[in-house]
Amino acid sequence: MMAGTANLRELATRNIRTSGIYIAFVLIIAFFAFLTDGTLLNATNVTNIILQYSYILILAIGMVIVIIAGHIDLSVGSLVGLTGAVSAVLVIKNGQPWWVGVIAAVVIGCVAGAWQGFWVAFVGIPAFITTLAGMLLFRGLALLVLGNISLSPFPEPYTNIAAGFQNGLLGGKGFDLFTIVIFAIAVVGYGFSAYRSRANRRSYNQPVAALPLFILRLLAIAAVVMWFAWQLAHARGLPNVLILLAFLVLVYTLVTTRSVFGRHVYAIGGNLSAAMLSGVKVRWVNFGIMLNMGLLSGVAGVVYSARMSGAQPSAGNMFELDAIAACFIGGAAVTGGVGRVTGAIVGGLIMAVMSNGMSLMGIDQSIQAVVKGLVLLLAVAFDVYNKRRAGAR
Amino acid sequence: MSTNILEMRKITKTFPGVKALEDVELNVIDGEIHGICGENGAGKSTLMKVLSGVYPHGTYTGDIVFKGETVQFHSINESEAKGIVIIHQELALVPYLSVAENIFLGNERRGRSGMIDWNRTNHEAMALMAEVGLDENPLTPVGQLGVGKQQLIEIAKALSKEVQLLILDEPTSALNDADSAHLLGLLRKLKERGIGSIMISHKLNEIEQIADRTTILRDGHTIETIDMGEPGSSQDRIIKGMVGRELESRFPKRDHAIGEEVLRVENWTVHHPAQAGRIVVERANFKVHAGEVVGIAGVMGAGRTELAMSVFGRSYGTGISGEIYKRGELIKVRDVAEAIGHGLAYATEDRKKYGLNLIQDIRTNISAASLGKLSTRGWIDGNKELAVAQEYRETLNIKTPSVMQTTGNLSGGNQQKVVLSKWIYSDADVLILDEPTRGIDVGAKYEIYTIINKLVAEGKAVVIISSELPELLGTCDRIYTLAFGRMTGEMPVAEATPEGLMELMTQERDSKKMTQDKEVQS
Repeated sequence: MMAGTANLRELATRNIRTSGIYIAFVLIIAFFAFLTDGTLLNATNVTNIILQYSYILILAIGMVIVIIAGHIDLSVGSLVGLTGAVSAVLVIKNGQPWWVGVIAAVVIGCVAGAWQGFWVAFVGIPAFITTLAGMLLFRGLALLVLGNISLSPFPEPYTNIAAGFQNGLLGGKGFDLFTIVIFAIAVVGYGFSAYRSRANRRSYNQPVAALPLFILRLLAIAAVVMWFAWQLAHARGLPNVLILLAFLVLVYTLVTTRSVFGRHVYAIGGNLSAAMLSGVKVRWVNFGIMLNMGLLSGVAGVVYSARMSGAQPSAGNMFELDAIAACFIGGAAVTGGVGRVTGAIVGGLIMAVMSNGMSLMGIDQSIQAVVKGLVLLLAVAFDVYNKRRAGAR
Repeated sequence: MSTNILEMRKITKTFPGVKALEDVELNVIDGEIHGICGENGAGKSTLMKVLSGVYPHGTYTGDIVFKGETVQFHSINESEAKGIVIIHQELALVPYLSVAENIFLGNERRGRSGMIDWNRTNHEAMALMAEVGLDENPLTPVGQLGVGKQQLIEIAKALSKEVQLLILDEPTSALNDADSAHLLGLLRKLKERGIGSIMISHKLNEIEQIADRTTILRDGHTIETIDMGEPGSSQDRIIKGMVGRELESRFPKRDHAIGEEVLRVENWTVHHPAQAGRIVVERANFKVHAGEVVGIAGVMGAGRTELAMSVFGRSYGTGISGEIYKRGELIKVRDVAEAIGHGLAYATEDRKKYGLNLIQDIRTNISAASLGKLSTRGWIDGNKELAVAQEYRETLNIKTPSVMQTTGNLSGGNQQKVVLSKWIYSDADVLILDEPTRGIDVGAKYEIYTIINKLVAEGKAVVIISSELPELLGTCDRIYTLAFGRMTGEMPVAEATPEGLMELMTQERDSKKMTQDKEVQS
């Protein structure tokens, strides 16, 4: 029995697949911070990265669930365009209040998700084909709704969703105290839940990290997070969209790790036949997965249109590829059954930091695309290599 | 004088943390059939992978001498070039390619232009097929042939590579008795031509029949090499060597306390899902009581698995008709969730394909069919789930350092225990076990039988589907026979003999129709 504690090396090898991505993330940040003489890490820029990539991260959360189940969704970019367009028509053209636009976008997202879910789950068309059709379909509808023109600007309450900040709620002396307090609460909460789950695992005789190592890791995480809070507090405060993102990450992490639905998603991706013979209602789970992706596309549509303060016919173009890349860089398996929400978020952030860092250095878009393509390929190659090494015995 | 074609000397192979083989010795005489026996995890497959170059030279220590010459293989291609061909348990054929294309896959017969010479390919394929006794059109896609014929194609493929030493890993595990007999006959024929083979098998009676000598491995060590011609080289001796102890009996004893009827299936008819009009199971009836073990005997393709799966929430087939009664009441079982709800469980014959999520841990696999019990409002109680997994690890003796271990890393016997845990935890009253001991070693088999005994002692009903008659005779109270989709007989185990069962299992349609008509009249 492997009771007690596992040593550092054992822990590292066991978690190479999941921890490798975090190490890579830190190295990439350090690399670009060095090349940009620290500009990458200055307060305004850190805030910018969050604002610029929030909608990709939201899509990546839904996409990783799709990918774990062994599907793919190519339509999310077009759906971001369509939902934003519907919202813009209602709010900008028809003068409806801002929240009508938000609700309409989310509802349209759900309807589109249910539509694709129907074809994938109940008719049995592979998601690749269904969503390829959706990609064309939703883009066409977006153009139709907008009448081929751009609409702008959104009123202030709407743009605040993506561009607003919580600042000065508790006053401040050159920085925003509120931001610091919120982050401190989050860190303490995380530390507490991590400690409790460690204690739980110990009581069931499961291997856990040694106490000094555990504390060291918590302190490292706390230091990074509080540094991040400090940077935000010195810029414009706590971005609204970060609150939304944190909420979604928390909810979907729980859904994937603790809910029956989440478990069924992993079961379907890991072995479809075994899942069926265990009584998993595969069709309904697949329907739920696609519906959820539609919902999150609607949310991303709101955030993107709010950030752009308008809707363009080409809005959301190629977002699906960034979201898919984020998942695979974040350790999701191409064959399904493996993946994590936090992994997808880190994968998305890796792409974000690379794009931002290269833009700061004045590197051309074309080179940026080449680099991003190679990183995606290497990330999956690393995953395949790891799997082969693990499977060699 | 006989000379050794192969000598493996002091082979040691270690994986991180495990010594899989230690100073293993294997000598194969030129032209003999050499059996290798051992429990799962004893190191048989590892040894063959060392021999065939799957584990390249340098990753193990020790010497391999083939035909008097020390060889160092770095890949399968190098060992095949020397004439050592391995046929794996899972056949490596492409189902959509023809027999001839499969035989020459990777070894294509080309014309002068470099393009494939189809006439030569098909002509040579036919010659090879005749050698292995396969009477089929060389243009038939392999997927349309049964497992037995596919096995012959693998051997034809090996012959095309001018094989000198053939290695077969569990060649008959998926074959019915007739196909097995044909295969063993073919091995004897090859032996007469001077082509020897190494045969890994759990079927000890086959080893007894065919092997000249048998090497026994246990825990990565060579225990002994038995000359099968010597008196006293019986199955019991092999078993003793394999497990390191004498099994007083291969089947644990149990008390027979049969209670009320739990499940009754009547007039059960199932059609093939793809081929319209083809009846796979026809008007089958069976029942099982609390505390009873019922066997369903039938050769492969008789419709055993199809019968079980269609009863288990219609997970196989179309056009299903018939009634299912649970404790005398007619129930509806339209999908698997309903089947589980009614207390049915089905442990599949192919645990890797249909039974387990191999990339997930033991804990998740055990809870997979019972998440409703472990959750409130859709949220799983992770602590309880862990506790359940720990409990089953102990009670069913699943050998693993932790329940967080990935099931793909477990041996066959332990995987089967995980499958059983899953279904026992689902609170099933009726457990249908399809080939519960396929591909697992003697020691683990005994453990599985013990678990079955414990289940019936608790008042559960168990249905065992098996093609191994001794297993059914050793574990069941009552046995049904199934042939060509129809129930051809039912008898208490005391009245059953292997010969009698075999006769009923192979009974053809016409003669059976007569008996059925008679039953209807009486």
